[in-house]
Amino acid sequence: MAVYNGAMTTLRSEFLHGIRDELPILIGVLPFGMIYGVSALSAGIPASSAQAMSCIVFAGSAQFVIAQLIATGTPSLVVILTAFIVNIRHMLYSASVAAYTSKLHPLWKWLLAYLLTDEAYAVAISHYQKAGDDMQKHWYFLGAGLALWTTWQLSTAAGIFLGGHIPASWSLDFAATLTFIALVVPALKDNASTAAALTAALTALLAIALPLKLGIAVAALFGMAVGLSLEMKKNRDR
Amino acid sequence: MSLGLLWMTIIIVGLLTLGIRLSFIVFMHKARISPMVQQALRFVPVAVLSALIAPALFFPRGSMDLSPGNIRLIAGVLAILVAWRTKNVLLTIVVGMACLLILQAFVAPR
Repeated sequence: MAVYNGAMTTLRSEFLHGIRDELPILIGVLPFGMIYGVSALSAGIPASSAQAMSCIVFAGSAQFVIAQLIATGTPSLVVILTAFIVNIRHMLYSASVAAYTSKLHPLWKWLLAYLLTDEAYAVAISHYQKAGDDMQKHWYFLGAGLALWTTWQLSTAAGIFLGGHIPASWSLDFAATLTFIALVVPALKDNASTAAALTAALTALLAIALPLKLGIAVAALFGMAVGLSLEMKKNRDR
Repeated sequence: MSLGLLWMTIIIVGLLTLGIRLSFIVFMHKARISPMVQQALRFVPVAVLSALIAPALFFPRGSMDLSPGNIRLIAGVLAILVAWRTKNVLLTIVVGMACLLILQAFVAPR
């Protein structure tokens, strides 16, 4: 019985530890979720669907992109394709976490995969890489993931509530574009990413006449190709 | 987009996203990603978001607008400067929004 209690205490403290380490990130997630809620409404998405998207898709930047594309009347297939491109980076996280989750029950794997966002990954992987009892660390991951999930749902709801009370003349739809700017500009740390950003921006302007709003997806792939080729050239020259 | 199509889109994106997140954890936990693919994926957020920013600033009403009356372009450029100098997400959004609303109220009233 004593052993059992000891194990339970470890699980509980791992879980709470995960929540605690996620807290500083949540302060930044809160306004982000609210702006998503506001811009989803101003894109013409009904409140229930906007909230459902936070539950079903549960990926911040993809949800912003989907709202933006729907606002400009993009066909469904192109929305799906573009959102897929935005989310494909999660494959990296999945690959990096897989080594630590391989012994878990399949239910655990599915649950943790569902909770695998940028913000939960960042916290969970640094905990996995620390020394300590690897057998209990999925509880830490679960704590961090659930803390983020709850914050994302509540902030979306708050944004939807706010968005319903603010008149369209306040141009709050522009907050989504500003959020993108706030995320992209600080990420331009080297020539390769700056070139990727400029190429994507320019291609998007030139490709705006492409049918079905495919321009965004084409521009993103172009930008990635230019960034990658510069990066590879740099590695070769080294 | 009709409500039915919207729900279908949300569900399909949700399933695809879950599939991506499950990929290595459940289906291919022995596989490895090549370094080149890893590097390419690093550019995804920057490329996609830039491709969304540019048309929103230069084509605010669906057509190219380079006139001084394009207040979204002015507010956007100011926000880029703030983001570049401060790296502060909230400040960037607040300054950009304030600039747009001031210009909208005094310079280009609708």
